[in-house]
Amino acid sequence: MKEMKLVSKRFGKINPLSIDEYVKFDGYKNLKKALKMEKTEIIEEVQNAYLRGRGGAGFPAAIKMMGLAKETNIEKFIICNADEGEPGNFKDRYLMEKDPHQVLEGMIIVAYATGGTKGYIYVRGEYQKSISLLKWSIDEAKKKGFLGENILGSKFSFDIEVRSGAGSYVCGEEFALIESIEGNPGRTRVKPPFPTSVGLHGKPTLINNVETFSTIPSIIEMGGLEFAKIGTPSSTGTKLISLSGNVKNKGVFEIPFGVPIRDVIYKLGGGIENDRKIKMVQLGGACGPIIPEYMLDMVIDFERFEEFESKTGAGAIIVMDERFDLFDILLKVVRFFQHESCGKCTPCREGHIQLANLIIKFIERKATVKDIVSLESLARVIHQASLCGLGQTSPTAIISSLRYFRDDYIDRIEHPEKG
Amino acid sequence: MLKEILKKYAKKDDQLLEILLECQAVKNDHFISKEDIIEIAEYLSIPESKVCSVLSFYTFFSDKPRGKHIIQVCKDIPCYVSSDIDVLKIMEKELGIRVNETTSNKQFTLEYTSCLGCCEAGPVMRINDKIYSHLTADKIKAILSEYRVYM
Amino acid sequence: MVNLVINNVKVAVEANTSILQAAKKYSMNIPTLCYYEDLDIKSDCRVCVVEIEGKKGLVSACSTPAAEGMVVQTNSPRVLNARKTIVELILSNHDTNCTTCVKNMKCELQSLARNLGIDENRFPSVFERCEIDDNNPAIVRNPNLCIKCGRCVDVCNNVQGTSVLAILGRGHETRVSAVFDENLSDDFCTFCGQCASVCPVGAITEKDDTDLVWRALTDPKKHVIVQVAPAVRVSLGEEVEQKIGTIVTGKMVSAMKILGFDQVFDTDFTADLTIIEEGNELIQRVTTGGTLPMMTSCCPGWISYAEQKYPDILDHISSCKSPQQMFGALAKSYYPQKKGLDPKDVFVVSVMPCTAKKYEAKREEMRVDENSPDIDVVLTTRELGKMIKQMGIDFEHLGETPFDSPFGITTGAAAIFGATGGVMEAAIRTVYEVVNKKPLESLDFKELRGLEGIKEAEVNLGGSMVKVAVAHTLSMAKILCDQVRDGTSPYAFIEIMTCPGGCIGGGGQPYGTTNKVRQERIDSIYRLDASMTLRKSHENPEVIELYKDFLKEPLGELSHQLLHTHYHDRKDR
Repeated sequence: MKEMKLVSKRFGKINPLSIDEYVKFDGYKNLKKALKMEKTEIIEEVQNAYLRGRGGAGFPAAIKMMGLAKETNIEKFIICNADEGEPGNFKDRYLMEKDPHQVLEGMIIVAYATGGTKGYIYVRGEYQKSISLLKWSIDEAKKKGFLGENILGSKFSFDIEVRSGAGSYVCGEEFALIESIEGNPGRTRVKPPFPTSVGLHGKPTLINNVETFSTIPSIIEMGGLEFAKIGTPSSTGTKLISLSGNVKNKGVFEIPFGVPIRDVIYKLGGGIENDRKIKMVQLGGACGPIIPEYMLDMVIDFERFEEFESKTGAGAIIVMDERFDLFDILLKVVRFFQHESCGKCTPCREGHIQLANLIIKFIERKATVKDIVSLESLARVIHQASLCGLGQTSPTAIISSLRYFRDDYIDRIEHPEKG
Repeated sequence: MLKEILKKYAKKDDQLLEILLECQAVKNDHFISKEDIIEIAEYLSIPESKVCSVLSFYTFFSDKPRGKHIIQVCKDIPCYVSSDIDVLKIMEKELGIRVNETTSNKQFTLEYTSCLGCCEAGPVMRINDKIYSHLTADKIKAILSEYRVYM
Repeated sequence: MVNLVINNVKVAVEANTSILQAAKKYSMNIPTLCYYEDLDIKSDCRVCVVEIEGKKGLVSACSTPAAEGMVVQTNSPRVLNARKTIVELILSNHDTNCTTCVKNMKCELQSLARNLGIDENRFPSVFERCEIDDNNPAIVRNPNLCIKCGRCVDVCNNVQGTSVLAILGRGHETRVSAVFDENLSDDFCTFCGQCASVCPVGAITEKDDTDLVWRALTDPKKHVIVQVAPAVRVSLGEEVEQKIGTIVTGKMVSAMKILGFDQVFDTDFTADLTIIEEGNELIQRVTTGGTLPMMTSCCPGWISYAEQKYPDILDHISSCKSPQQMFGALAKSYYPQKKGLDPKDVFVVSVMPCTAKKYEAKREEMRVDENSPDIDVVLTTRELGKMIKQMGIDFEHLGETPFDSPFGITTGAAAIFGATGGVMEAAIRTVYEVVNKKPLESLDFKELRGLEGIKEAEVNLGGSMVKVAVAHTLSMAKILCDQVRDGTSPYAFIEIMTCPGGCIGGGGQPYGTTNKVRQERIDSIYRLDASMTLRKSHENPEVIELYKDFLKEPLGELSHQLLHTHYHDRKDR
């Protein structure tokens, strides 16, 4: 199998600092095309494409665009969520470092279609290179009239500002992100209302992931219906996969949805280092399920992932070979969320440390059957009762492990002497 | 020095993070002092408690003095499974300090960080703004000596 | 109307009704914890989660609007398990020594755990003990009990605008703290106690001084007298199972006699006295080109706020002490003299709806004898309630007892001090008649009553229409203060009360104070006023007697010595 390069087609082929090279390689061509289209037409193309958010939640982009477009407020914000903090994910970093103008082009098209007046790209503070490149690209784009006042003579004006995060994964959640831009701690807000009605500074706001915006020019290019032919009915188009862990070729690969995970690992990833056996694979990121080797024929598709009571996450695949212990990994997952929880709601704030304590019991072979029950019950409560996506997805790894690695749990209970 | 930094920013609430980032970055001891908080709060006409709240929420910020170079080691899964080495242990040995401590000559502070988004190149660490990847024991020592030279 | 089904019951409610309110309308009370009527919806405790058909996760009933066709279950096994788990999680990070906790039996977390039938905690305690902040005379903060509901931060930031408290840290290290993680101090806190008033557990409470009072009451050498504030008599009933707003004056005095107080006096008396002094001060400023607008000074929370944030306008504030402190000064000078007592044997207690009064009593200016404070102990309404219960008094069946002389006769003007706008209305009733030398047609200034943040009125004084204003809560006070600072204030006289609703909404009042409750207490205050024979401060015969016998004249030398004070610039700490 091969990659299908839509959003990654320019990776390594252009100097990301050069707007001229971008333009030469079909850059801003689709912005020009979009500016000649009706705004409703643009949204229709995105709807036909059935583009779903590429940041993890998979929410249909057209619905967000329609939601924003119908708001009559004069001021509307378009925010690009570049707070890529999900362990195992680095595809947004690639997009920003290797093809920054594509991100801008996508944002400008969406702003035009929805009446957006000001854009922000909220980049995690650790991505200094991305921040610099984006700032540079914005200046270059302005000089050439692709951004700023009266874009390409269309009377449409739009500006983009880059904002830095300061070390908080939870600021990738929509409202936490908005709070952060407003100069507050990144704690989510009560919903409803949702960002498209009351968002940044109380104004209608659309937030999408870097990859989602980067996909927009391709949709304008080929038309929504053509785009929808790629992938599967529930998951159209391509997805950037961040592949890491114990594979020979780590990196970002672009594949159409519907490709089995096994193919990505073996055909694109080159298989396992030192020809070891796969013990487990985490999908999506720290917020994703952990599956065993025999499940790898599963295809990468939003619908499939819903079976895990999860989302695709941002498309990471972390491969772990037989040297690694399930519970060590689960503990790392829980500690990540324990550290990154904003602390606002009870299940997430107080629950992770209890999850960690239970996992440690399994690590130390001091657990009992009652602990499996407690662990499962607590994981489900955090999953169902948390206020935002962090708590709602953080127990996914544990819940999936209880389903697919039950034997490991039983072994720890029945064989305390092995410790 | 803070006054000079503040002048560059509009007196709006949403400038707080950017101000705190710059204020901290220009100081050798990379932290926000009580006096800084008072001055920033006054400049933006926001309560001091709000600045405290933001400062204590984001991991980039410190309210206590730190070393000139902040070393952050990734502790998440991709780096963990990609490593043959324990980066933190090597650092602790080289610097003679434990995690969350600062060397007595105030040159280095050692911290953990959540995933840095460079999982294809692990294990990874960050020193100030720079990211170092594909770490080995030798590479770590070489990087540290570079920083020690420029002290 | 929106039609939905809750627990198989067909429900119809107005649009924009939350599931919580919809269920309540049909007598289904969904348990809550961080929710507090009149405050912002927080949705962070997650106790009120419910199940909605078709939705995978659980949603909080407080924040989710009822929608057409929704099918809600508030007690399904999934919901009950979630709710129990959430409360167990809270308890796992809480000092669960209930029997010795200050909030025992009054704690919302305790009630919740009991109602959910929690008889064991599946989770081990991860609670780490930290220091209690009780370095000030008024408020005690115990972080070991905090459940991070955010109510206190909400009132401090959004209702008062003082932003003393904030949520610091992140994740499990989240904590409610004062600015810079410091202890509360008069550098930045007004001790208004609104935080204590809304705290569901014992994390913030008033400093309990009941032991000091018990000690004095059982000390045969001490002559213990007590004064009771106007607001207490319409609120104390709530502490002893009476209906909200019941006027319990007579029973209250009886109860205090049983507790052992030698004399029970009425702060309303010195409220009348305050009007005489302050009214004359206003007239003097108006006629001699003094600093205007003049601002009231009976609220210690407001005084602290002005000293911290507006020291440049301190000269606008009346130099009159508060009624509490005027009483204290008289209690340690005039009273012992009149009764042939040694002032050192007189122990003065005051019962206030207020926590800031505990701080006020300790101010260094409030000492006739520099070696002892004029007011020895301040108790809140809640503490008095506690003492009544400790004594086992059957409050409902008590007879009525009047206040004692010479500080027992009062007027309706004094009674209304307890409500926002009351001091102003009382002042106008006197000032008008003194200046215009004729009685007011109506004593009722309805435009100064009620819960509106800022209220105004116009009064004809000597032929000129003079504007006055009333503000309650410090965020409203700020608006008027900024005008005074800018020189753009159109008013001659301004009343400021720190607490929402005025003193009846004070930080020391019975728990569960909401706008509805405030309004009921306020209604009782004005009912009390309307029922009194004397309704103007200058007609109080005991006050007239006090001037004749002792003070001689308003703003006279003795008045200045005992009944007036000065303030401090606290801005640069």
